[in-house]
Amino acid sequence: MQARKIALLLSILPGLGQFYNKQWIKGLLFLGFGISFFVVFGDLLNMGFWGLATLGTEVPRDNSIFLLAEGLIAIIVTIFGLAFYYVNLRDAYKNGQRRDENRPMSSLKRDYQNLIAQGYPYLISGPSLFILIFAVIFPILFSFALAFTNYDLYHSPPANLADWVGFDTFAKIFTVDIWRSTFFSVLGWTVIWTLVASTLQVALGIFMAVLVNQKDLRFKKFYRIVLVLPWAVPGFVTILIFAGLFNDSFGAINNDILGMVGIDAIPWLTDENWTKLALILMQGWLGFPFIFLVTTGVLQSIPDDLYEAARIDGASIFAQFRNITMPMILIATAPVIITQYTFNFNNFNIIYLFNGGGPSVPGSTAGGTDILVSWIYKLTLQSSQYSLAAALTILLSVFVIAIALWQFRRTDAFKEGA
Amino acid sequence: MNRAKFFRLLISHAILIFMAIIIIYPLLWTIGASFNPGNSLISTTMIPQNPTLDHYRELFAGSESLQYVQWYLNSLKISLFTMIGAVICVSFTAYAFSRFRFKGRQNALTLFLLLQMIPQFSALIALFVLAQILGMMNSHWLLILLYIGGLIPLNTYLMKGYMDSIPMDLDESAKIDGASNTRIFLQIIMPLSKPMIAVVAMTGFTGPLGDFILASTILRSPEYYTLPIGLYNLVNDVMGASFTTFAAGAILISIPIAIIFLLLQKNFVSGLTAGGTKG
Repeated sequence: MQARKIALLLSILPGLGQFYNKQWIKGLLFLGFGISFFVVFGDLLNMGFWGLATLGTEVPRDNSIFLLAEGLIAIIVTIFGLAFYYVNLRDAYKNGQRRDENRPMSSLKRDYQNLIAQGYPYLISGPSLFILIFAVIFPILFSFALAFTNYDLYHSPPANLADWVGFDTFAKIFTVDIWRSTFFSVLGWTVIWTLVASTLQVALGIFMAVLVNQKDLRFKKFYRIVLVLPWAVPGFVTILIFAGLFNDSFGAINNDILGMVGIDAIPWLTDENWTKLALILMQGWLGFPFIFLVTTGVLQSIPDDLYEAARIDGASIFAQFRNITMPMILIATAPVIITQYTFNFNNFNIIYLFNGGGPSVPGSTAGGTDILVSWIYKLTLQSSQYSLAAALTILLSVFVIAIALWQFRRTDAFKEGA
Repeated sequence: MNRAKFFRLLISHAILIFMAIIIIYPLLWTIGASFNPGNSLISTTMIPQNPTLDHYRELFAGSESLQYVQWYLNSLKISLFTMIGAVICVSFTAYAFSRFRFKGRQNALTLFLLLQMIPQFSALIALFVLAQILGMMNSHWLLILLYIGGLIPLNTYLMKGYMDSIPMDLDESAKIDGASNTRIFLQIIMPLSKPMIAVVAMTGFTGPLGDFILASTILRSPEYYTLPIGLYNLVNDVMGASFTTFAAGAILISIPIAIIFLLLQKNFVSGLTAGGTKG
């Protein structure tokens, strides 16, 4: 039998393959790591996997949520363990191969130097990866896992256990009448909101930039500063100010502006459709300055020669705009424009801070202007329907990822075509 | 001046002045409200008849339900540490992705791309449930860690795109002169990436300042609030009743932020479009 195969087989127990290759210190290191891995994590792995499978069997000894968390950590630890194991097998195999080919074995010192040189990128990106795993990946996995349990107010520790229920919650979203109708009405408004509000702010931003950048317009500096103001003031502040301005009975819009023109007070905060209109107008106000800024940058970088050549060819101002200005803007700002849409799809702040997603709809957990994000927030914090909220989170993530992927491919094609 | 040009400019000015009024009105109205006597919105006028500084004094009086100074400090602390942490994590990771071809690089890049698409509030339920059980409610450090984690994927992408545009020759000649990787990073790459670092620093600083969803999930007692939660509760406890005080508080936070934004806007836009298009 070849030495590489023997080394590989022996390495099923970490270190033995290295011993076979007569690399005593390295073998000891691998063996040491292997043993300490099981000593340190043995309990966690044992408890974790048992808990993950059962979610607890006895009240009040077992806490389903703890067990689920432990189980997920056990999975993450196992993945790291497997990576270590792979390194161990590979090292034994590689050195066995060297023996077969009668080449000198790599020394510990050289391995160490190799590790330092190769390890540099791992070393500097390690902390980020660590933060990502515990602050982002673990919570997301945990949320996703909850979607497949029946965890809610009635199945929560320490008094009760939660259980795995598979796809039941997903099925319920589409079969239980009240859930289905709420889901589709919230989804519908989320889509309309995203499309209308984002398009409004993008169109307004581009239009204003083109307007201000006319060569012969005066007071450019003044207009630029004023138009950028809504971007510079913190968003949550402006939204709360608008909540005051739009207030049905005290607000300045009803009392001062509409009153002056002689229009009756409009129920901005109590009528669903008026709230929606107010939200869209506000987002236009809040969102256009950023597009304005980016577009202004693009406009200033378009060379004058282009316009001159067009003028010589007899192109009208409108034709110049359509064939030079607009394509240049769209190509350069496409990625920024796309982020406006994804941002608004999840724009929790404006919906929640303005009117709490209200006005409330009788018999429904979602208010009249709740988008998916704010509905999930309410389900979690106010009515403790964790598994429903988690299932919705998954649906929403799938939706967002699908759109993002589709858009990425489209913009790539767009760039290459241009 | 021909007629067509005259009308074009006239209409342009008319539209711009109209927009300027729409933009400035709410801001002026807020400033007016903050100087108005009394608490109610009803009597609020743009130019107060008897202007008063009462609401500003109230902010600093430090009552149980209105710990404005404390919220301000909390927000400042969280924003500052998030900014520093994000800049360090993002620039090191971006340097690794931009300059080294290591095993797992492609997988990591794909992972970052995917994480950048999954909105961070996906973790909301987990954070709420776990923070409650583990007693991590009101922990500012947990919040800072979450913010940094949320900033890493997208910003690393932007920063990597920016660093890719810095010529490799610079690194190589420094390497021949015997500079270590860390030195190349600190003395060549970092100074050249300044515009992008400004972008990351700014998103790192203002992100937590505008966040409501994560902060309100974790911070529950008034003394730990950040400004968004504190001011939101101030307005919503009794709608309209303490709006004038809110207006005063809003102005004190908006002015410094607005000045920073206006000063840094050039940096911000150039960094974002440069990194974004090269992705």
